[in-house]
Amino acid sequence: MAETTLSASHPQPRIETMVERMRRHNRLVMALRLAVLVVLIGGWELGVRFGLIDPFFFGQPSAIALKLADWFQNGTSIGPLWKQIWVTIYEAGAGFLIGAVLGVLCGIALGRNQLLSDVFSIYIKVANSIPRVVLGSIFIVALGLGAASKVALAVVMVFFVVFANAFQGVREADKNLIANARILGASNWQVTRAVVIPSALSWILASLHVSFGFALVGAIVGEFLGAREGMGLLIATAQGSFDSNGVFAAMIVIAVVALIAEWILTLIENRLLTWRPETTAGE
Amino acid sequence: MDATSPTAVELKHVARRFVTPTGEILSALEDFDLTIAPGEFFAIVGPTGCGKSTTLGLIAGLAKPQAGEVTLFDAPVDGVDTRVGFVFQQDAVFPWRNVLGNVMAGPLFRGQPRDKAEAEARDWITRVGLKGFEDHHPHQLSGGMRKRVALAQTFINHPKVLLMDEPFSALDVQTRELMQEELLQLWSQSKSAVLFVTHDLDEAILLADRVAVLTTRPARVKAVHTIDLPRPRDVATLRYDEGFIEIARRISDDLREEVLRARAGH
Repeated sequence: MAETTLSASHPQPRIETMVERMRRHNRLVMALRLAVLVVLIGGWELGVRFGLIDPFFFGQPSAIALKLADWFQNGTSIGPLWKQIWVTIYEAGAGFLIGAVLGVLCGIALGRNQLLSDVFSIYIKVANSIPRVVLGSIFIVALGLGAASKVALAVVMVFFVVFANAFQGVREADKNLIANARILGASNWQVTRAVVIPSALSWILASLHVSFGFALVGAIVGEFLGAREGMGLLIATAQGSFDSNGVFAAMIVIAVVALIAEWILTLIENRLLTWRPETTAGE
Repeated sequence: MDATSPTAVELKHVARRFVTPTGEILSALEDFDLTIAPGEFFAIVGPTGCGKSTTLGLIAGLAKPQAGEVTLFDAPVDGVDTRVGFVFQQDAVFPWRNVLGNVMAGPLFRGQPRDKAEAEARDWITRVGLKGFEDHHPHQLSGGMRKRVALAQTFINHPKVLLMDEPFSALDVQTRELMQEELLQLWSQSKSAVLFVTHDLDEAILLADRVAVLTTRPARVKAVHTIDLPRPRDVATLRYDEGFIEIARRISDDLREEVLRARAGH
């Protein structure tokens, strides 16, 4: 009796130290991350102060912060900052949605239909090898300086990534699962809905992470090439007046937007893929 | 065979050939004959890679023979037939659906209303001993429990012909014994014809009314043995029975010849 209680209580303290060790490790990682940031930014700032880095070309962290504060308070040279952010988010978001939906639909259609994929795969390969950013010029000529040309460029940037992943995901669907569904009585459409789409979903969601970044690139490059508003235009304007701090400040704003989008996509992904076993490889 | 009842499954002079990547023609089945009566438990044993799974694919309508005829209840097989159930060797339950969703998949595919399908699914989940696991996803279950899901998923469709492709080969010995017992019980209530493919001769004898031994590739039926052991059978103790051992010895002589021939051929 005494022995059982002893052995039962024995592992308890060991588990606690494991948890504690993990917490300590996490704290250490956070502290080191912060240290790296401080060293980088601090080094940059000190380098400028001691004359090792020319702030005219490479900017200065404190000046970038001041620039951001100024933009938020007084607006930018091309209008209020919020307006520019919103325009770029709108263009990238609309392009992302349209491109992703088209990509998923085409990927599934071609993945499920041998003839369609035989006919079109060659054209998609060719289109994919074209540097698509160049199409931005055409879209601006054709669709004008407004949002439409940027949305179109973002669509083109997103479509191929999502399409390729959806197609691959459909092709990788487990043959046994498809056979099982057919024997259980599923029609072609039911096989697509109940087996093919769920198994392609993790591929598609993975591609969405990458492709929102592409949508932002599409929108910003489009604004670069010709626009009346947006973060791309803000960067182009800063570049035109040799304002490197302005370029960096705009970059930070865009990075924050991208990170927030990434976070939202991860939330959606976790909701849609609850059936997956938890991966043991943490972060 | 009873003249009034048609055969459940019949294969007549069936051939199934594949073209290998090097352009050779590989014959999996050649001049293959097999007849299974309604309600009969029929097992096929044979060396690995001899075309047992190919046979099941032909009956299920997943593949077409190059020669000969495959019939279900005297009508030729044309595509997937709703009277057929199939339990796969690997896991074929849908990983993104929970147990309930998996079991009710068949009735829903076949156009049953949702509430009816769900009630029936809950009944089958209880019958295979998974009550309380309705909301679990397959990755949260053990291999044996996933097999139970697969059985419920198949039996809920009331198949007239049940095809099983080494369904228990991935399970450990104890779990396999439990599942064999479970299967016999489900089968005795369902009255469906079963074609059970296995490489385990003991398993074939324990379960089946008749056991066919196949030759090496191209597969033909070498011999069909009738297993006249009384039912209901006790899977756990039957294998020590005199009659069982006698039958096993007789068939394994047949089988060993083919295994040796298969090895010599490679």
